[in-house]
Amino acid sequence: MTGDRLRGWQSMRESRATRIAVVAIEAGLHARPAELFVRRAQQFASTINVIKERQCVDAKSILNVLSLAAEKGTVLTLEAVGEDAEDAVDALAELVNNGFAVDETRNQEQSS
Amino acid sequence: MKFADFVSPEAIRADLEADDKEGVVREMTSALMEAGKVAAEEYESIVKAILKREELGSTGIGRGVAVPHTKHPSVENLVGTVGVSAAGVDFASLDGDKVHLFFLLISPPDRPGDHLRALENISRQLRDETFCKFLKQSKASQDILQLLEEADNNQFVS
Repeated sequence: MTGDRLRGWQSMRESRATRIAVVAIEAGLHARPAELFVRRAQQFASTINVIKERQCVDAKSILNVLSLAAEKGTVLTLEAVGEDAEDAVDALAELVNNGFAVDETRNQEQSS
Repeated sequence: MKFADFVSPEAIRADLEADDKEGVVREMTSALMEAGKVAAEEYESIVKAILKREELGSTGIGRGVAVPHTKHPSVENLVGTVGVSAAGVDFASLDGDKVHLFFLLISPPDRPGDHLRALENISRQLRDETFCKFLKQSKASQDILQLLEEADNNQFVS
């Protein structure tokens, strides 16, 4: 029992998760969505990479994310390693797939 | 996309005088106007649009770099310029640091891809610390232009 729990705990700490996401936002991952993406990524402890074709960059660096020039329809692979890897790739994939709809609305409310 | 595709050499400023966000935007937009890249009657409208975009979130992306930008119907092609401030400007950056290096971009509303590729070029080149450092140390627009040309020739990033 204790052994099972320990193994479960260890695998959680070292877990690795991958998601595929397709850029839905019309203008692509320009400065604003890239910033939102990076801020969200920074909320997780895991190491997170974004992969576009042969480019693999740190999801927590805006210079790196902007350098992908991910246009609408671009397929991105999100890879995380760490204790919150699953949550991290889920959250980021949702942002990318849903075109940042939630956050854009929130910003409009804030600025109005 | 290369720097030469969107940076107007005559509008480059190595010695920005402004000490706040609005001042920098005005100074750089004026430089583009003087270079004949934006119409004088559109000046206020462009400045306001860039500042409005800054309200959504600072374009100060860290490492002492900011990319103030807007879409504007008065331009037919992506236009941009580079400015350096030796003293640095408080730009409400993501990392809180003062900004020394500015890339100002104005793009036609129907060409989001060009804007994205300009951002890609700027961010990719700036990942090289040497390029970043040399740009910030530039004392003359000619130095900046030369660095941009070297970057375009892949002398900083393989």
